[in-house]
Amino acid sequence: MSDPAVTHSPPAEPQLPGLEGFVSDWSSDRTAFKTASWGKAMIWIFLLSDTFIFSCFLLSYMTVRMSTEAAWPNPSEVFALEIFGVHIPLILIAIMTFVLISSSGTMAMAVNYGYRRDRKKTAILMLVTAAFGATFVGMQAFEWTKLISEGVRPWENPWGAPQFGSVFFMITGFHGTHVTIGVIFLLIIARKVWRGDFDTEKKGFFTSRKGRYEIVEITGLYWHFVDLVWVFIFALFYLW
Amino acid sequence: MAEAHLGSDTMVQPAAHAEGQQHPIRLYLIVWFWLFVLSACSYLVDLLQFQGYLRWGLILMLMLGKAGLIIAVFMHMAWERWALIYAILVPPVLVLIFVVIMAFEADYTFFTRAEFFGAGG
Repeated sequence: MSDPAVTHSPPAEPQLPGLEGFVSDWSSDRTAFKTASWGKAMIWIFLLSDTFIFSCFLLSYMTVRMSTEAAWPNPSEVFALEIFGVHIPLILIAIMTFVLISSSGTMAMAVNYGYRRDRKKTAILMLVTAAFGATFVGMQAFEWTKLISEGVRPWENPWGAPQFGSVFFMITGFHGTHVTIGVIFLLIIARKVWRGDFDTEKKGFFTSRKGRYEIVEITGLYWHFVDLVWVFIFALFYLW
Repeated sequence: MAEAHLGSDTMVQPAAHAEGQQHPIRLYLIVWFWLFVLSACSYLVDLLQFQGYLRWGLILMLMLGKAGLIIAVFMHMAWERWALIYAILVPPVLVLIFVVIMAFEADYTFFTRAEFFGAGG
């Protein structure tokens, strides 16, 4: 009975359409985000700040690529693989893209089953998502190993503009770190779901608050964001 | 299922028991399918070696289509209130201004390199 803080607002009144709804919610002198809990509002604001971080990376990439006189290495050829003697351009990156999109699909379904309080399906789908994520990181490690063995360094590479290496390691490295953190986060939450923490309202070891199935959606928001960033990296770095 | 529908639409309940975001699984599968199709298309742009404005236009359109689907459906932005949608989606638009500024800057750097260092570098 002793919740340390009030985490819920009273049920929100229906919103006014469009811009009017935005203004009236923001000027209501109480909670701006009427239907989003504090947890959801905070993950969104975190993701917004992360958006700016990745925007800055992609912007610096645009700047160095536009301002160099040396030819930019052709990603289509750099990331090509020989599979059974067949030369396929960019195939590894395409597979990584499909793996990450699949993980987003299973994550979305995990969130859905979470709100239906289907403990087992939620946990299994989260574990499948984590497995896809780990596969993605594994393929990225393979890609890094291949490029490093071919002589790509942050300051030089055999094919053209030396900036290519620094941009590549910086952007994919940061994205890979995000995926890795997401996998760890997924495993922690999946374990809690499996144990039934959110059905028995067991208190968390760190916050000592009762957890709710909403944390599955919050984990999902982070995970979809990682996929979203990859959509931009894939288009702007690998395809451009 | 039936209970969940009652809970979210018709009855006034304490907020703690209102369960958020109930959508049919079918919706997610459809979006998943489209994300696959759009990704395959953007890979085809590379395989078929489209060049120039056609390539860049297709890449950007497919990218924005995928991003829109992920944000709207997977991240449930389509069902949020405008207060949250504007707060999250408007600030990144400002990045576009940054893009324009840096494009000018990069052009200038390129010009000075060409002018003073000659070829290479």
